[in-house]
Amino acid sequence: MDVRITHITVFVLDQDSALEFYVKKLGFKKHTDMPMHGGARWLTVSPPEQPELEIALMPAAPFGMWNAANAATMRDLVKQGLFGFAAMKCKDVRATYEELHAKGVEFAMPPTQQPFGMLAVFKDDSGNSFSLSEFEPKKGR
Amino acid sequence: MNAYPKAYLYRRIVKAKLFIDAHFAEPIDVDAISNKAAFSKFHFIRLFKQVYGATPRAYLSKLRLDRAKLLLDEGTPVSDACNAAGFQSLSTFSRSFKRRMGSSPSSYRETRAQRIRSMVAQPMAFIPPCYALWSGWTELSNPG
Repeated sequence: MDVRITHITVFVLDQDSALEFYVKKLGFKKHTDMPMHGGARWLTVSPPEQPELEIALMPAAPFGMWNAANAATMRDLVKQGLFGFAAMKCKDVRATYEELHAKGVEFAMPPTQQPFGMLAVFKDDSGNSFSLSEFEPKKGR
Repeated sequence: MNAYPKAYLYRRIVKAKLFIDAHFAEPIDVDAISNKAAFSKFHFIRLFKQVYGATPRAYLSKLRLDRAKLLLDEGTPVSDACNAAGFQSLSTFSRSFKRRMGSSPSSYRETRAQRIRSMVAQPMAFIPPCYALWSGWTELSNPG
């Protein structure tokens, strides 16, 4: 089987603000940005080292299958920071932390030594949490 | 916050990187960048490469090409993209671009323009069916 992941979804409170965060702060690239029916917007970004992977920044708002009630629930859950839609890794967690911190990114955990290497946890502008790991070569992946 | 050992070293290297990020379109060089970080040039290059996996010069070149690529995506003429990205000559830019992207700047620009025309003509071709269904987007409900 040659199944691969092409898209993942991150629910955000505001697509404009999320685009600013993922591109200007996290350094991702805008992949696709298309206006759709009813004022909706298909917006995806990609990590610079993974241009084929699209992260769909979907609004926690009523549209399509999301009615007002369940959209409000999703919005509330996002605001509470309950979601971790992805785990990330980088070459150097300390350098990445310093840069993101300088850019105003909120960290739930600063760089902390772990058995596998270094770990930090940051939040996007909507409050979603992402772990950021650096795997030491002899223990890493 | 000194949360980990040698945080002060990381901060200086990151400060230099952020300087490159902010000024790559200007005629800067490694001497100016290492001065910014308050390191000797040799020490700076070694530390930068250790942290970022590339020399400051290679990183600067990559940033310029990234910016040029973005400008070409937006339909900017090749010579304008070259200048705005900080390249000193069109031939250097074209050669570097082709080495990295596998096509000339003008070919790349045309390919991207074609992609945009396709997105306007057939937007559903760029959205996975599950997302389209989930979002209530169908062939009949799309603009353009």
